[in-house]
Amino acid sequence: MKELRDIYVQQFKTSFASMLQYRAALVIWLIGHILEPLISLVVWSAVSRSSGGSVGGFSAADFAAYFLVLMLVNHATYTWVMFTYEYQVRQGTLSSVLLRPLHPIHSDIADNVSSKLITLPGVLFVAAILMVVFRPAFHFVPWAMAAFLPALFLAFIVRFLVEWTLALAAFWTTRVSAVNQVYFVAALFLSGQIAPLSLLPFPVRLASAILPFRWTVAFPVELFLGRLTPVQALTGMAAQSAWLILSLVLLRFVWRAGVKVYSAVGA
Amino acid sequence: MRVLRLLFVFVRVGVMSELAYRANFFVQLFESLLELGTALAGMAVIFSHTATLGGWRPDEILALVGVYFLVGGAIRLLIQPSMEQLIESVHEGTLDFTLTKPEDAQLLVSLQRVEIWKLTDIVLGFGVLAVALARLGTRVGVRQATAFAAALLAGGVIVYSFWLILATLSFWFIRVENILMIFQSMYEAGRWPVSLYPGWLRFFMTFLIPVAFATTVPAQALAGRLTWPTLLGAGALAGVLFVASRLFWRAGIRHYSGASA
Repeated sequence: MKELRDIYVQQFKTSFASMLQYRAALVIWLIGHILEPLISLVVWSAVSRSSGGSVGGFSAADFAAYFLVLMLVNHATYTWVMFTYEYQVRQGTLSSVLLRPLHPIHSDIADNVSSKLITLPGVLFVAAILMVVFRPAFHFVPWAMAAFLPALFLAFIVRFLVEWTLALAAFWTTRVSAVNQVYFVAALFLSGQIAPLSLLPFPVRLASAILPFRWTVAFPVELFLGRLTPVQALTGMAAQSAWLILSLVLLRFVWRAGVKVYSAVGA
Repeated sequence: MRVLRLLFVFVRVGVMSELAYRANFFVQLFESLLELGTALAGMAVIFSHTATLGGWRPDEILALVGVYFLVGGAIRLLIQPSMEQLIESVHEGTLDFTLTKPEDAQLLVSLQRVEIWKLTDIVLGFGVLAVALARLGTRVGVRQATAFAAALLAGGVIVYSFWLILATLSFWFIRVENILMIFQSMYEAGRWPVSLYPGWLRFFMTFLIPVAFATTVPAQALAGRLTWPTLLGAGALAGVLFVASRLFWRAGIRHYSGASA
């Protein structure tokens, strides 16, 4: 355990230094992450205004709160491993990663967390400005606030594991961008990014609850906003834990199979 | 005419280089259809809760989606690849070869790369527009059609001049491609009418990154809600930006030293 901790400390130092070199790229990611919820927020506020101030239990101020929290949760849980694996497998640079005596997921986690720490001040700054502009309405529920952090942490891990496993598709096909695109569109609708899930038709809601999508983004957001009952919160965390175990098993299985077919083309 | 002849040559080169990778066509088609499906599904969700959005009816928003795909396709087909190539050739010093050719250099760099499969976006855009037009029905007369063509032309010129100005910055600065990426991601905001956005954001989208003129204004023309001042303003802005980008380009060329060639 101590060994792993030392490795992480060192990995964080390296990642932090290298991420600081790609500030412009981080800013581009940041703008994308701010823009999408902002567009949804603007559009849904217009919808609630044109239908008499409220849509499905959401007023304009509720939408503002929803999409601002969504922006923060999305920032805390997003990954870009699909793009790095596509590149590393296609270019063959994964070979050097495989030679290290440590599972590559650890350095990916360190990269991911460092990039978020670097961009966090920017996200919080933008969130503060948007809060002044859109005047969101928050109904704080103490127990839900307490449950939010573990739920967010679980959401981050599940999303990371699922997307990391999906990124391994690069081992089998060179046309990963089509696979990723399908995943992103599914995530857009099923994880509550385009609209709160309660405003979507029943089949979509059902799919989002069965698949990991709801548990990686929408669930922590709803919890933070105090829109869930204690039973719903506990069920959600159980679902998150189930997905955590399932995705760990999947990851192990897919990783082993993937490394076997990897042929380091281009290296 | 010269423009069309040159464009035709570059399109042919684009076709020849891409025909070697025919499977890319299907990937591109798949991704374009997916993007269109996303846009339409998003619309469906919104209009299941309301009849109009900021005064726009569903068919009018559909026309806006068509324009969004059309203009976005044109950017990704020609403007973005050419401008990225320009930035790269300034870095590499290979712009020398373009400058020595007996043709206007701005024209050459603006047409130099055609990503032919992005035509799928343009075709889809026209398809969506046709459906929207059929549903809008008789409300679209000759006057609206003319205003639409004029607004679309002005929007195209504005977007092109804007990209050229950004790309020309590469004569002085090194990491310009990041600015282009930021513009490209901001274009997404143009999928909805700019009138929905709060005042400061609308100003930003109209004048700082002119997505409003590229998508909202032409769609307004189709819906017959475009006022003359807006259309004239778009035309004037297009003219001013076109001249400004030309002058800026010339200043850039004078500054260019071809150091790394």
